[in-house]
Amino acid sequence: MADNGTRRGFLGAAAAGAGTLFLSGCQGLSETQWFPKVLDSAEGLTKRIQRLFAGSWSMAPEYSKADLSPVFKANGTLNPGTTMYNMAASNDFRDWKIPVTGLVAHPVTLSLDDLRAFPSRTQITRHDCVEGWSCIGEWTGAPLRLILDKAHALPNARYVVFYCADPMSDNGDYYYESLDLVEACHPQTILAYEMNGAPLTIPHGAPVRLRCERQLGYKHAKYVERIELVESFAHIAGGKGGYWEDQGYTWWAGI
Amino acid sequence: MEKRLETDLGARLKAARTAAVGAWQSYLARRRERMAHRELFYRHTGTVRTLHWVNALCLLVMLMSGLQIFNAHPALYWGQFSNFDHPFIALVGEEDNSGRVVKGVTQIGHWRFNTTGVLGASNEQGQLTARGFPAWATLPGPQWLAMGRLWHFFFAWIFVINGLAFAAYALIRRHAQRDLFPTRTDIRHLGHEIAQHIRLRFPKGEAAKRYNALQKIAYFTVIFVLGPLVVLTGLTMSPTMDSVFPGLLWVFGGRQSARTIHFLCAFSFLGFFIIHIVMVVLSGTWNNLRSMITGWYAIEPDEEETSHG
Repeated sequence: MADNGTRRGFLGAAAAGAGTLFLSGCQGLSETQWFPKVLDSAEGLTKRIQRLFAGSWSMAPEYSKADLSPVFKANGTLNPGTTMYNMAASNDFRDWKIPVTGLVAHPVTLSLDDLRAFPSRTQITRHDCVEGWSCIGEWTGAPLRLILDKAHALPNARYVVFYCADPMSDNGDYYYESLDLVEACHPQTILAYEMNGAPLTIPHGAPVRLRCERQLGYKHAKYVERIELVESFAHIAGGKGGYWEDQGYTWWAGI
Repeated sequence: MEKRLETDLGARLKAARTAAVGAWQSYLARRRERMAHRELFYRHTGTVRTLHWVNALCLLVMLMSGLQIFNAHPALYWGQFSNFDHPFIALVGEEDNSGRVVKGVTQIGHWRFNTTGVLGASNEQGQLTARGFPAWATLPGPQWLAMGRLWHFFFAWIFVINGLAFAAYALIRRHAQRDLFPTRTDIRHLGHEIAQHIRLRFPKGEAAKRYNALQKIAYFTVIFVLGPLVVLTGLTMSPTMDSVFPGLLWVFGGRQSARTIHFLCAFSFLGFFIIHIVMVVLSGTWNNLRSMITGWYAIEPDEEETSHG
């Protein structure tokens, strides 16, 4: 019995030791330069397989008005608060203009009226935050595809980059995001100017935010003030294609 | 003088060698005796052993990185969206008037439990911090959602490929049909086996060569029910997969329900793991470990069987 006792004690101690070793090992690996890159190799596989199934056509589920969330949580920046933004807001964003530049044959600059002049799309969709929660809201906006058609993307354009008006630190970095052309031209990808039947409020990204319904919430850039078509985003900010991507989140936000 | 020293040393060496050889021989004799009474049985093939340990590593990493992801929003809901005022389960860190975290609360429906130090609020770098699960249970330890997701989705691929490999192997080689699927006889003996297990009496002799009903039900459920369920509820949380298979949302009752079921699956795995380890220890730690490392499992003779036989 005593022998059994020491044996159990030894097993317990061994398990505890192995546990501690495992935890500190994983922590150490997480902080290396190379190991997160190994882990991130799964991102490309996930993207490829999900794209194989989803293609350019699969539609995010759309809901009815009865399914709308009573409270739609606003996350991230709730008010850009810059002088420029405050001025624009005080003027009901009448002078808000979104230049579409970069690898396009016909650069255009869109006012809110220009956006409203496009055939609009209204969709009731579920917003899935990377943190795990979901809210259902109704969005109305101009399909991005029509805007890209108008600007006429050049053959070497691969990504659409969205520059936003909200500063993320005192160092001059602003929120930004990017989509590839498949996601950008998806029928449910819109530049939304209305939410739940009313103009976008400031916490939800007034005057214009991106909706790309097959992707997680951080892709849905708010306060969009400039759009650029590029061949690569390696030269932009941290080079990972988005503000949160630069903080270590995956560029592919389909899961 | 030198000559005498040499013989002295020689004699001592000889004596030591004789003693060592004697000890070794008596050890071998005892071992032979032990071996004569037990039967070594090749229980697990190399494929099963490899897949078992890969799976064990995956489950450990996925559970801990899953808790890290859960901590980003430590509340569970039922339905399509999050009804923030009425979570199904929530781990909350409560603050005093100065904004200092003072209490960890676990909410299940209307019930509230004080779980300070473990759930809702626990120590992070010496300070009571609002966090769902404590740092020792999450991977990585500190709040780091992006890194938790990298671990989770890398090992998810290995878990799925490993699981599919096992299912294919087990079905093609008839390991599943022969050893894992519960039979009618198994179900009939269930009551008897539960009684035996409660008395911690485990099968010996021939009966130890195959899984008993409880083992079969446990392994079958974990491998062929819990495994697919945890993967499918995981996929239901993916907005891209929902656009491809909206039926998943219908089956699980919405993305937030799927997240809740995913969480319950994870804790079912944990429950299985704890019982699994306890049974391994109770029914012979080293013998079980050896059989899952080398394949060989020692079977003690069934006293009743031999005396009656």
